Amino acid sequence: MKLLEAIGRMVLRLLEELGRFFQMLGRAIGWSFRPPYDVPEHFRQMVRVGFDSIPVVFLTTLFTGMVLALQTFNGFARFHAESLVGSVVALSLTRELAPVLTALMVTGRVGSAMAAELGTMRVTEQIDALTALGTEPVQYLVVPRVAASILMMPLLVILGDAVGMYGGFLVAVQLLGANPVTYVENSFQFLEVSDVTSGIIKAAVFGLIFSLVACVRGYYTEGGAEGVGRSTTRAVVSGSLAVLFVDFFLTKLLF
Amino acid sequence: MSRRGEPPPAGTSPKIRVEDLRKSFNGKVVLDGIDFSVAEGESLVIVGPSGTGKSVLLKHLIGLIRPDSGRLSIDGQDFWSFSETERTAVRKRFGMSFQEGALFDSMSVFDNVAFPLRRSGRPPAEVRQRVRECLDMVHLPNVEAKRPSELSGGMRRRVGFARAIAHEPEILLFDEPNTGLDPIMTDVIDEVILELKERLDVTIVTITHHMASARKIGDRVALLYGGKLLYQAPPDEFLRSTDPAVRQFVDGSAEGPLTVEFDRERKTAASEGA
Repeated sequence: MKLLEAIGRMVLRLLEELGRFFQMLGRAIGWSFRPPYDVPEHFRQMVRVGFDSIPVVFLTTLFTGMVLALQTFNGFARFHAESLVGSVVALSLTRELAPVLTALMVTGRVGSAMAAELGTMRVTEQIDALTALGTEPVQYLVVPRVAASILMMPLLVILGDAVGMYGGFLVAVQLLGANPVTYVENSFQFLEVSDVTSGIIKAAVFGLIFSLVACVRGYYTEGGAEGVGRSTTRAVVSGSLAVLFVDFFLTKLLF
Repeated sequence: MSRRGEPPPAGTSPKIRVEDLRKSFNGKVVLDGIDFSVAEGESLVIVGPSGTGKSVLLKHLIGLIRPDSGRLSIDGQDFWSFSETERTAVRKRFGMSFQEGALFDSMSVFDNVAFPLRRSGRPPAEVRQRVRECLDMVHLPNVEAKRPSELSGGMRRRVGFARAIAHEPEILLFDEPNTGLDPIMTDVIDEVILELKERLDVTIVTITHHMASARKIGDRVALLYGGKLLYQAPPDEFLRSTDPAVRQFVDGSAEGPLTVEFDRERKTAASEGA
């Protein structure tokens, strides 16, 4: 009975979370198109999500591209298919690795900050104060953060695609002695526009998911400093899990 | 009841009316059927021991908390029958000062007080002038550029106060406006409340456990205990009341009807612990 109880409680909590997520999604959409529009706040959030994440995304995708070239080269050399390394690097980066790894890194960097910020505002009554001053907190806090994430993630992924492929090129040419001209040719031989666009679509969806999860977590924080810590952790954990979960279904849908 | 959107006929309905308001948190009943109304231009002070749900009641008045049952009407219009957008508009007619100030810590003092003004699209020159006025009113010149974290608790409270009155609201809600302030500042805040009341004809609901303030700023004083408003009367009558609960609170005695339940809870807790 204890076990059943525990399972039941977990299911209920999951459903509550999902309910909050979709409720917040609805409210955020509803409040997106009502004045006043706080343009400076939108830009501030875009800088925080996009521009400030460039170093992290740069390093992550650079090393991913490099290790990908290294691994596939070693493997493919066993059946003399070294010429395909460029294609494999390009395809796996644009379709899968750049969007997912960027989303996970940005969730850790930005999602945690969002949850902590909103959580602190909740426990210090700043969110109540916003409401009391006739400003809808969802409009003022959630909409700019989610919009910035949806907009900036695709740009970060385009950067990630380029940097990752350059990383693969560096390793293949400088370290493994591949011919630079044929490597570049091979890279683009099988790459189609749809590979890149599907990655970009994924990125936008991931941006929506991680930012909304973080905002919901922060918004419903209770229990002082400890609660803020809990919300921050959960924002990163549930955000990352949701990204991976949705990634599978999106891949199934998009290809 | 007037229909939504239409202004009610003048003088017919109280500014705020609360009917049979009930609220529990996790099975614990906090508000157990509250009824009262506040007339336009009136100042109601709600007193009561700590932890009896005074803040919860105040937050209900501006719709920060949704009651489990009961009605809240502003100018005769049922608050919770409004849409989200309409509720936001109604809240703009309120000003609320929070217990710990609840200042936006990412903004300077100036931006905090300017926040409601800017959100309603006032021109920058007017905003600057109004912010000065409000900060002068709470005796806080030369702090505009500071961050809330650089201020003392009492100063933060006063900035929160200035922010609450900046957009010249019709209804003001004060959550413990002078708890933790020195006696001089307590009096300054009381004076500001009185001044606002006389000059602007605003409706005021204040929560406090300072009987001296209650007497000074209240047209009517009500005692909240056990989730109910036990007694309502003008301050002088309140102070003279022979109601045992009121007497205990006014005299500040440890023994009386207000502590009976507390004692019982403590005894139950002790016997369970043993």
